[in-house]
Amino acid sequence: MASAASAIDARGVSKVFKGAGQDEVRALDNVSVAIRENEFFTLLGPSGCGKTTLLRLIAGFDFPTEGEILLHGENIALLPPYKRPVNTVFQNYALFPHMTVGQNIAFGLEMLGKPRDEINARVTEMLKLVRMEDLRDRRTSQISGGQQQRVALARALAPRPKVLLLDEPLSALDYKLRKDMQIELKRLQHDTGITFIFVTHDQEEALTMSDRIAVMSKGKILQVGAPHDIYVRPADRFVANFIGETNFLVGRIASEKAGKAKVELAAGGTLSADAPDRGAPRGSEVTIVVRPENATLVPSGKGDIAGVVENVVYFGTDTHVHLKLADGSQFIVRQQNATLASDDYKPGQKAGIAVAPGTPRILKD
Amino acid sequence: MSDAARIAEEARRADIRTRWWLTAPALFILFIAAVGPLFVVLLFSLMVKGDYGDVKYWQFSTDGWFSVFFERDIFDDTVGLAQAHMEILWRSVKLSLITTLLTLLVGFPTAYYISIQPPKKRDLLVFMITIPFWTNILIRTFAMQEVIRNEGVINTLLIWAGFIERPIQIMYTDWAIFFGMVYVYLPLMVLPLYASMEKIDFRLVEAGYDLYAGRFQVLRRVIIPLVKPGIVAGSILVFIPSLGAYVTPRVLGGGKNLMLGNLIDLQFGQGKNWPLGAALSITLLVIVTVALLVYVRNASRQGGGHGH
Amino acid sequence: MATKLRTFDVKAQPGFGTVAMICFFMLYLPIAILVIYAFNAGENIAIWEGLSLRWFVSAWHNDTVQEAAFRSLFLATVASTIATVVAAMAAIATTRTPPYRGLTFKYAMINQPLMVPEIVTAVSLLIVFSRFKVWTGYNGLGYMVLAHTAFCIPFAYLPIRARLENMDLTLERAAADLYATPWQAFRRVTLPLLVPGIIAGFMLAFVISLDDVVITEFVKSGGQETLPTYMLGQLRRTVTPEINAIATVFLALSVLLVTLFYLVNRKKT
Repeated sequence: MASAASAIDARGVSKVFKGAGQDEVRALDNVSVAIRENEFFTLLGPSGCGKTTLLRLIAGFDFPTEGEILLHGENIALLPPYKRPVNTVFQNYALFPHMTVGQNIAFGLEMLGKPRDEINARVTEMLKLVRMEDLRDRRTSQISGGQQQRVALARALAPRPKVLLLDEPLSALDYKLRKDMQIELKRLQHDTGITFIFVTHDQEEALTMSDRIAVMSKGKILQVGAPHDIYVRPADRFVANFIGETNFLVGRIASEKAGKAKVELAAGGTLSADAPDRGAPRGSEVTIVVRPENATLVPSGKGDIAGVVENVVYFGTDTHVHLKLADGSQFIVRQQNATLASDDYKPGQKAGIAVAPGTPRILKD
Repeated sequence: MSDAARIAEEARRADIRTRWWLTAPALFILFIAAVGPLFVVLLFSLMVKGDYGDVKYWQFSTDGWFSVFFERDIFDDTVGLAQAHMEILWRSVKLSLITTLLTLLVGFPTAYYISIQPPKKRDLLVFMITIPFWTNILIRTFAMQEVIRNEGVINTLLIWAGFIERPIQIMYTDWAIFFGMVYVYLPLMVLPLYASMEKIDFRLVEAGYDLYAGRFQVLRRVIIPLVKPGIVAGSILVFIPSLGAYVTPRVLGGGKNLMLGNLIDLQFGQGKNWPLGAALSITLLVIVTVALLVYVRNASRQGGGHGH
Repeated sequence: MATKLRTFDVKAQPGFGTVAMICFFMLYLPIAILVIYAFNAGENIAIWEGLSLRWFVSAWHNDTVQEAAFRSLFLATVASTIATVVAAMAAIATTRTPPYRGLTFKYAMINQPLMVPEIVTAVSLLIVFSRFKVWTGYNGLGYMVLAHTAFCIPFAYLPIRARLENMDLTLERAAADLYATPWQAFRRVTLPLLVPGIIAGFMLAFVISLDDVVITEFVKSGGQETLPTYMLGQLRRTVTPEINAIATVFLALSVLLVTLFYLVNRKKT
């Protein structure tokens, strides 16, 4: 995987922070990841998972305790930020308050010592790219949050970086604006052909925008893959839980053949599930994930699993039915309201659960 | 150690080195014109006094310190408490405490009143407190003199109203020093009080009334505990300069009613007793430092969040 | 305030408004009298003899006053300029850093003049500088410049430090990210943002230097009167309204500076 074609190639990167006294915090633990040229790559994880630390190491605001960071094959891990052809869009934008929009965008080019004409032309071009031609001479305090976001983008893109880093840039925007900016970012990435590394804790944002996602937790990368891949085939319990809603079912493998296993569930019934890469021995205990939208409610006595309705939660487009299974575990079924009348199921009622064939998957634990 | 760790450590060292170079000029100036001379004062307090001021160099003696507290009778050589010094020390402490108390009594309602005004009026009033604060202390003392002189406003008014026939002598008494100090240091009390009152969360006051407290109970049980840090800060800010006051007692006390500051001055002037003056200076410094330490301890305890 | 409908005001406390009024009256009455008598036509500061500007004119033509005034202004300008420069450097070196060895020492040194009574500083400088004067034979204004610079440093330091601490660290990081070397980042981002703090610090230092009486009185050599020490000397003699006139001009200058200080500080935050 790691070839010269990688825009960024992190190899065995660790970052240890010294806490109070003897405490050490391992913010990144032996992380290796290759990010391809022209890719929209997202680092996704809860706060404190190390995603921002990794971004800061790539930007040069911090230096790794161990490991290398290659940019097009060249180790940049120890270069100061101003010597790296990498630019950042900051979470709070960090626009220079004493400069106009145009001066902000020109800053990087000036520092690179570009001739005046070229800078002017490039600033015009960037303003056009983010559709802010009229605001060139405004102070950054006189424009809205969404506009500041665009200026921050234009400023970071102006010096044509090899890689653009985005540190939760949409988190300060309200919902509607955030949706618009997601599309805008995607367009910018496509138009400029620059590699984007995007940091977020919002799984929905990650799924919508990314070419590939790296899911991180506790300083480690748990899974790297395309959004669909990660959603459908989560590598482990954390990923399954963090991305989307998931039901976990415990059971034992009864038989296994060609990547398909028959599993006897603790809650009663059997399910056929995709087995992980290496076959687990018969009789071993496994966890199966079933997405709520891959299950439907059927009359009691039918379906794969039996349960009792505990709660019905109405969501507008769909309804979540919470059920209790025989082994005491919870199971959520999501049904579109087009296929389910609101009063079809009531708490206390027995029901069957039918799982769409081919969707259950055994987790490697 | 890895390269990265080495480079980071080197960068940190270089950063600290730069920071020392950047502070060096300020530290140098402060050393030769502020901190260093204090050590010289300490040294001088332990030397033999010179005949025409100054000291006899490197001849050590504790006479300076001795005469801060005691005096030797010229005739029978018996040792007694230095009456004059004790009186001045007592006057300094007494006047400073009373000044602190009175500025607090006037300053507290004033600061509170300012803090409950609408923003525009509040800013104006704070500004009006700040102006005297930044006005030359000499000018303010002189202005006070205009008020309390025999021909000043107070006496003129009282005579005009027929309460008295001859002017009351206020100038050159303890009263004059007291009026002057209250006047001069009042802004120093109001500003820190205001700073802590500005932060009062009036929902707490509402809660007090809601729980059946009256005006006075709310003041005593809710407001005063909340602004206690401001009360302590203001008191310290008034007490310390009062104790070391020089200009006000010199102008209004007329050279008779000395305070510690003037006593120190005297030793370097007519008294020609530098070791005594130095010892008195250190004494003053110690009292002030103790007061500051009390304040710091109080402030850090308040900062702990387990006040009331 | 007193409307027909009396509602309960949560914030009010009885009598506090009256005390506040008395307080402001007390603060401004003496100053007002001082200013009014500066315009007195008569010789005596006690008896009002009509409006006149004669004492302002006479103060203006008084060579000693003029000389002292110029010396005061010169001293304040030089001392506060040096103090502001070194304080700015010190503020940059003592903020936005994890604690390092010596940092507390630096704070203590810089704030020391605020904690020592003026008379003690004055006496200590008298002792040290009188020695220097004997050793070097130099009697010039340098001692006063040095003394004023020292006690102005903490006043210049405080607003600059406050400004630095409120400054967003990511701005410099953004500059570095956009290829600015540390010096360029300082020159193009940090320094411009620091300017209001530096101006505020300079003005505070200037007022403090201009107002100083005690330390100057002890440090000055013969013939080095500043306006405050000249006034202190005059107050012991029979006073004419000329001194009111001088005080009034001085007062006006202070008010002007404080007002400017407020405006500078308010606009840029």
